[in-house]
Amino acid sequence: MTGIVAATRRREARRAGTVAIALGLVVLVLFALSLSYGSFQVSLPDIVRSLLGQPTPPQVDYIVRTLRLPRAILAVLTGLAFGIGGAIFQNLVRNPLASPDVIGVTAGASCSAVLAIVLFGASGGLITVIALTGALVTGALIYVLAWRGGGMGTYRFVLVGIGIGAALAGVMSFLLTRTDIRVAQDALIWLTGSLNARDWDDVRPLALAGLVLIPAALLLGRLLGGLQLGDDMAKGLGIGVERGRLGLLLTGVLLVATATAAAGPIAYVSFMSGPIAARLVRGGRPALLPAGLVGAAVVLAADFIGAHAIPGIIFPVGVITGVIGAPYLLWLLATANRTGRGE
Amino acid sequence: MQASTLQAQGLSLGYGDRRIVDDLTLTVPTGKVTVIVGPNACGKSTFLRGLARLLPPSSGSVLLDGKSIHSIPSREVALRLNILPQGPIAPDGITVTDLVSRGRHPHQGYFRRWTAEDDAAVTAALTATDTLALAGRAVDELSGGQRQRVWIAMALAQRTGVLLLDEPTTYLDVSHQVEVLDLLTDLNETEGATVVMVLHELNLACRYADHLVVMKDGAVVTAGPPGSVLTETVVEQVFGMRCRVVPDPVSATPMIVPIGRHRIAA
Repeated sequence: MTGIVAATRRREARRAGTVAIALGLVVLVLFALSLSYGSFQVSLPDIVRSLLGQPTPPQVDYIVRTLRLPRAILAVLTGLAFGIGGAIFQNLVRNPLASPDVIGVTAGASCSAVLAIVLFGASGGLITVIALTGALVTGALIYVLAWRGGGMGTYRFVLVGIGIGAALAGVMSFLLTRTDIRVAQDALIWLTGSLNARDWDDVRPLALAGLVLIPAALLLGRLLGGLQLGDDMAKGLGIGVERGRLGLLLTGVLLVATATAAAGPIAYVSFMSGPIAARLVRGGRPALLPAGLVGAAVVLAADFIGAHAIPGIIFPVGVITGVIGAPYLLWLLATANRTGRGE
Repeated sequence: MQASTLQAQGLSLGYGDRRIVDDLTLTVPTGKVTVIVGPNACGKSTFLRGLARLLPPSSGSVLLDGKSIHSIPSREVALRLNILPQGPIAPDGITVTDLVSRGRHPHQGYFRRWTAEDDAAVTAALTATDTLALAGRAVDELSGGQRQRVWIAMALAQRTGVLLLDEPTTYLDVSHQVEVLDLLTDLNETEGATVVMVLHELNLACRYADHLVVMKDGAVVTAGPPGSVLTETVVEQVFGMRCRVVPDPVSATPMIVPIGRHRIAA
């Protein structure tokens, strides 16, 4: 008699598994493509040989291991971080608009990073630390402001976040107009979100953070299944709601902030990935890993398009994701109220 | 599933400075159906949330099996007592099976996998609520009555000895109301579950309650078997409405016939 329950659970688990594997394959293909394609084409066997440290034709090692590999790995890691971080926020607040790049958490990271670049000429690891601090402070501010009066209204959270994001955008514009044009230009390119000219020094902090934060997110993500049902229900199920939510938000903020520090606030990746993954997985489950894989695929694809779509011009990855993401945001805003899904 | 005792001792609850339940003492009869009634804003939902440790008391305490409920780890409480709050949220597109499965959360650790026992508990909960045939459907496709039964199934899957329900019959038409109350009575009779619920409909409350608790302004006015508790004077005092109380022709419990200003036969 347990037939139908077990069968339904199996069906849903199989779907989630298939989606994850398919997304993983897409990421793998895009990853291989970005290692192989370019002004100097490298064949697939040569890539594998180079990665395994076997002898390869001249220049291949340099191109694959020094030029393309860090960039591709960075694309995967930032995509994972933005995707998972975004999905955490969206699931917790039960609103797709609550992604960190809409509500100003990413802006907090980039604003403090720009401040550091412009005022102190910071670079490398220092930017990571400062961006982390900025994102945490912004996140805490939104949490405190939206929390007041007990219970976290979802609209309140989104509106407070958008307000803070707007304020930070103002601060950034002010900083940029007041600084030397060349410094400002550097900061602007960084602000668009770019993987150009990234090396292993950019990869390392993000890889380390990912090693800790991604498993933490997936583990804490198990609480989302209860938290999705509302605070009272979650408490009734024995979940420590406040602590769980704080842990999840903290993990999400750290993921997004380290990714922002490494590659700039690549527009809309954390905003798009969660809903796309949820639509693929179906069933209203908090699909964190699929969201991360969608993010990785989006960043890899957008970077590839930006680099190769128009010969001779290299668009930063953030321009491409922005072009895709902005219409999606408009569509979501237009339909959210009509179907009442925004609550 | 274990039978647990539940008691409120000098319990005061409120939001911010506003005190809603004031110094309330009540022992919930174990293995019985307790129904809390009272006018709007009398604090009955707040009291239920307090009993379920969803609100910290400003003074007094709730005792679960004789121990302060706030001193027991939340997960352990969730194995003995659960609450179906008002207006729970179902995520978009969630299936009945997945939703009811989430009631198994307190039985699972961070690393414990889903087992055949969990499958059996979910199936039993769906069977008891007559929703097994809906197991593969999405919750948002269901009717209001079906959805309410699914939420109750989720509460059942948690397999606790004490079930708290905040107005489980709101938004349901009369046949579904009776269906839900029958279902809860089944649970009480077959499994010995202690049921505590807030209800609006006085006549159904009297029919289904073993123990009726009448509240007004955050305090218990009277409590006991409906037949001895719900008199014309009590209704007038609590609800501010004149009425006649006659025996319910079906259950012989008190039936309230309201008296307004119009439509009164000489």
